[in-house]
Amino acid sequence: MRTGRAQAELLLGPEAPRLRGTLCVTGHHLLLSPGPQDLWLLLLRNVDSIEKRVAGESGTITLRCKDLRVLQLDIEGVEATLDIARSIEALSSLESVITSFPFFYRPKGLRLGDAWHFHPPESYYKRVARETKAWRLSEVNENFSLCPSYPRAVIVPRAVDDKALALSARFRQGGRFPVLSYHHARSGTVLLRSSQPLTGPQKRRCAEDEELLRAVLAGARPGAQGFVVDTRSAQAAKQARMAGGGTEAKAAYPGWKRLHRPLERGRPLQESFVRLVEACGDLEQSTDHWLSRLEGCSWLAHVKEALSTACLTAQGMEREGACILVHGAEGTDSTLLVTSLAQLILDPLSRTMVGFQELVEREWIQAGHPFQLRCAHSAFSHARPKHEAPTFLLFLDCVWQLGRQFPLSLEFGEALLLALFEHAYASPFGTFLCNSEKERCLCEVRSQTHSLWSRLNQPKEQRKLRNPLYVLNPLALWPSVEPQSLQLWQGLFLRWTRPPEPPEVAWEKVWQIVTEKRKTDDSQPTASASEPQP
Amino acid sequence: MEHIRTPKVENVRLVDRASSKKAVLGTLYLTATHVIFVENTPDTRKETWILHSQISTIEKQATTATGCPLLIRCKDFQIVQLVIPQERDCHDVYVSLIRLTRPVKYEELYCFSFNPKLDKEEREQGWMLVDLGEEYKRMGLPNNYWQLSDVNRDYRVCDSYPSELYVPKSATAHLIVGSSKFRSRRRFPALCYYYKDNHASICRSSQPLSGFSARCLEDEQMLQAIRKANPGSDFIYVVDTRPKLNAMANRAAGKGYENEDNYSNIKFQFIGIENIHVMRNSLQKMLEVCELKSPSMSDFLWGLENSGWLRHIKAIMDAGIFIAKAVSEEGISVLVHCSDGWDRTAQVCSVASLLLDPHYRTLKGFMILIEKDWISFGHKFNHRYGNLDGDPKEISPVADQFIECVWQLMEQFPCAFEFNERFLIHVQHHIYSCQFGNFLCNSQKEREELRIQERTYSLWAHLWKNRADYLNPLFRADHSQTQGTLHLPATPCNFMYKFWSGMYNRFEKGMQPRQSVTDYLMAVKEETQQLEEELETLEERLEKIQKVQLNRTEVKSKQSEPGRHSGFSTSDNSMANTPQDYSGNMRSFPSRSPSQGDEDSALILTQDNLKSSDPELSANSDQESGVEDLSCRSPSGGERATSEDSSKDRDSDEAVFLTA
Repeated sequence: MRTGRAQAELLLGPEAPRLRGTLCVTGHHLLLSPGPQDLWLLLLRNVDSIEKRVAGESGTITLRCKDLRVLQLDIEGVEATLDIARSIEALSSLESVITSFPFFYRPKGLRLGDAWHFHPPESYYKRVARETKAWRLSEVNENFSLCPSYPRAVIVPRAVDDKALALSARFRQGGRFPVLSYHHARSGTVLLRSSQPLTGPQKRRCAEDEELLRAVLAGARPGAQGFVVDTRSAQAAKQARMAGGGTEAKAAYPGWKRLHRPLERGRPLQESFVRLVEACGDLEQSTDHWLSRLEGCSWLAHVKEALSTACLTAQGMEREGACILVHGAEGTDSTLLVTSLAQLILDPLSRTMVGFQELVEREWIQAGHPFQLRCAHSAFSHARPKHEAPTFLLFLDCVWQLGRQFPLSLEFGEALLLALFEHAYASPFGTFLCNSEKERCLCEVRSQTHSLWSRLNQPKEQRKLRNPLYVLNPLALWPSVEPQSLQLWQGLFLRWTRPPEPPEVAWEKVWQIVTEKRKTDDSQPTASASEPQP
Repeated sequence: MEHIRTPKVENVRLVDRASSKKAVLGTLYLTATHVIFVENTPDTRKETWILHSQISTIEKQATTATGCPLLIRCKDFQIVQLVIPQERDCHDVYVSLIRLTRPVKYEELYCFSFNPKLDKEEREQGWMLVDLGEEYKRMGLPNNYWQLSDVNRDYRVCDSYPSELYVPKSATAHLIVGSSKFRSRRRFPALCYYYKDNHASICRSSQPLSGFSARCLEDEQMLQAIRKANPGSDFIYVVDTRPKLNAMANRAAGKGYENEDNYSNIKFQFIGIENIHVMRNSLQKMLEVCELKSPSMSDFLWGLENSGWLRHIKAIMDAGIFIAKAVSEEGISVLVHCSDGWDRTAQVCSVASLLLDPHYRTLKGFMILIEKDWISFGHKFNHRYGNLDGDPKEISPVADQFIECVWQLMEQFPCAFEFNERFLIHVQHHIYSCQFGNFLCNSQKEREELRIQERTYSLWAHLWKNRADYLNPLFRADHSQTQGTLHLPATPCNFMYKFWSGMYNRFEKGMQPRQSVTDYLMAVKEETQQLEEELETLEERLEKIQKVQLNRTEVKSKQSEPGRHSGFSTSDNSMANTPQDYSGNMRSFPSRSPSQGDEDSALILTQDNLKSSDPELSANSDQESGVEDLSCRSPSGGERATSEDSSKDRDSDEAVFLTA
């Protein structure tokens, strides 16, 4: 492993001032100290691609980061340039989890182990138990034997015992049997998620799996129907049978109907992301060219589809009083996208600061979205994508669209979404490490790394992340999914190219207006309280 | 009234464009000024008012089993579809409307009958609200370099110019008249904006009558005079806002552009903004995209791109930015023209002024800007916006584009403008409404002849009276970034120009953000102010109480105060909406799509609320919780869809779910 040290000049963006100083590569960071007091620092894991050029006595390294920033380093000395480039290349692509930076990061003011027990399914179950008795917390997956991508505890129908769960798990890809994702108390219906059933070409059936879904309907509001929202097209679902997968046969699951809502996933989604970022980085094109590139990358079309499917799911629960099971193939990507968005639409609690963190923890991290695989590379990598896909980013974008249409109804602001995007791709915290709870257990992530949530919940951070306009909205949020209503998320995709000042100035003003109000609110009662009683 | 064949038709259905299966039954009235639709629903009796002058096209569609559909497209982008039971009635309404929406005399326009119940004195004061004389004084004029010229008194030189103009001090009447003879429609170079920090100015004119080789000494001297009025500058920019090809074609007609060889010390520059015909077609294409029923993202973006609309907006902005930079950064004066100097020139000069001078970014300043660059300099409002029946080829959304440029700037600089989006939308509405006299006619001369100020009311006074509705709570007059010239980023960020759904789809409430940050913040500000006032009175009273003996004092108004805190926040959080059609293009779904934006899907411009303010977009106060909505479904439509769909696709349970 090489490390390097050199004199360099850093260019952070098209309009930013240059920083000059000593450049240094350490095990996890790129450091530049422009002055004795200042230190600029980049987590090497954040580097998505590196490009080096040498000319004469100096060289230039262009670093494209996973958070979509583009940095340019002008370095004195050809040898130094090549050395540093090699070091960055080697260190930024290390794959071992337990030698990654979160295992060494020991920030001041945070304690190891804090906030790790903040959001497990157990705490969500407490809420469900207050609302209905039809569900129980099962520890059938205690040692991850049934389903390696599920957490230890899952919420299942009370009427189904662990033995039946084990059999249902064998009938579902990756063991992901149907579990409760959200209980909608207002309509007495539930949202479930799973992976595809392994019906195969012979249209196999599984009595326990059928029993499980029957029990779901029995435990819901009387007369409730069930709908399976399959995130693949009908044709794709049929084709999956050839590979052993498939979808629920109508006859086998009385009371359950099937809907197909194909959502983009995997490589096409990653490519859409790459093309969008490419278009956003090209500042020379004409306006018209820009629109056709925006169209060509289809990102907004994916946003529209994801939101529509989530809305349809939420609508089915709230308006039709139906129970809904969502799955695609593995049930770890677009499935989670739909279930988490549907909750955000329906559940006012999930729109609070704490509730949203719980939602991300429960529906993405603990639900086994393979962050390590999906976020290994961002939009700049030259490597052929293997398992990368920006499903989580698509989720964040949809949340942003919801926040834009209902600017008073989310307790958190854009800053939280940006932070989650950054940390999902490269983070000093352990929260987004690994692909599942099982892996996190093996790596002792919980005891050896800090949780991102404890950082985000520090008062200093909260002020940046909160939406000052928030007013509790007890109703469902039904966004418009018309193309006219969906916008490119400039705060993310143009974050480093657009001038940051105007939105910041506006944000300050919003805070000022709201804070003034709070101040007068506070002083008002004191004034009246001190008024003598007649 | 003689044009109205049938003043009233009953059992007319107003079709909800969001879901064609839904319609409300009501009565249609035709009056001398409005089309009015009153719903039959007994408790609400909701009224939809449409001004005749807002109506752009009326289309009679093929008769169906339910009646004759009539499609009315408005200039403020509302689209209303009525179904009239009897073919005969429909024809009568159609013929009447065709006549009513194409007045031939100014006297037929609404402003001559509109009476906001103000007395004569109030009306006169209203017209004095915007004073251009004062505005030029504010710029620092007259001074050593610029003087007020009366050469155009009684419109003797140019009938489309104002009678009072600023010209370089060294420009004699002889020079001006000479120059005017060499300019299209005699629109000679005159001052538009003076930048007192560095003496640079923006002047405007029409194209020179240069043909292939003609010259005019006075015109050349006139440009010299403009340069000399900016001491220390070596040259002036002459900006021709047309595409070069168009300007060259004009030479064959004896017009054209300045030859750099003939004029000393000018730098000539083309900025290709397309002509009014291209712009009219572009808007038309964009509106077709807006009208598409549940378009895919791809349809929408393609359509938007093909319309070219945002490219045109960017061209206008680029020209404005170029001029603002020349004036503020280089300190160079600019002469701007296009062909006649009343469309593109007006757009570009006002965009540049807006960038340069924070005064124009205030509510009052913006009114002045429109009064100066558009009204006084003879922008042909009557022709462009089709107030009177005229040549359809003269119609073009020139002012609409300028208003959109302002909005694009507001999006990029949320704190730089004192006014909000609603203000822009209302200004646009009134450019077409003919409710006030400001935008009547094609020139000052015509307006004077018509004695507009004696016979109609001023829009500016009306907007000013309701200014509380138009303020931007984020406005920061004190912030360094919003003072002085607005600095756009050096790199041309094309993606900064966005589709303005708040304008072009503004009657589709369901597409707009359901909660308004502006209204919320204004309410918060207002409440803060009230609380502060209350606090003050309480403190005063506390002092009094402490002075006076306690047992003698009666505290009276204690109970009234605390309620207000909570009242405010609850009213705001009941903002909700109902789900819409999330099923894509499935035919089975629309029947299900409940009353999205039911309360205000149609234009609610009643006369009453026009008097106070224009609330058709005042707040998204959808108060529905949406829970009862299922009853709105049309059962027959639903069933039919079920059978059709299930027979088509047995594998999927689409239809069953959708109608379950």
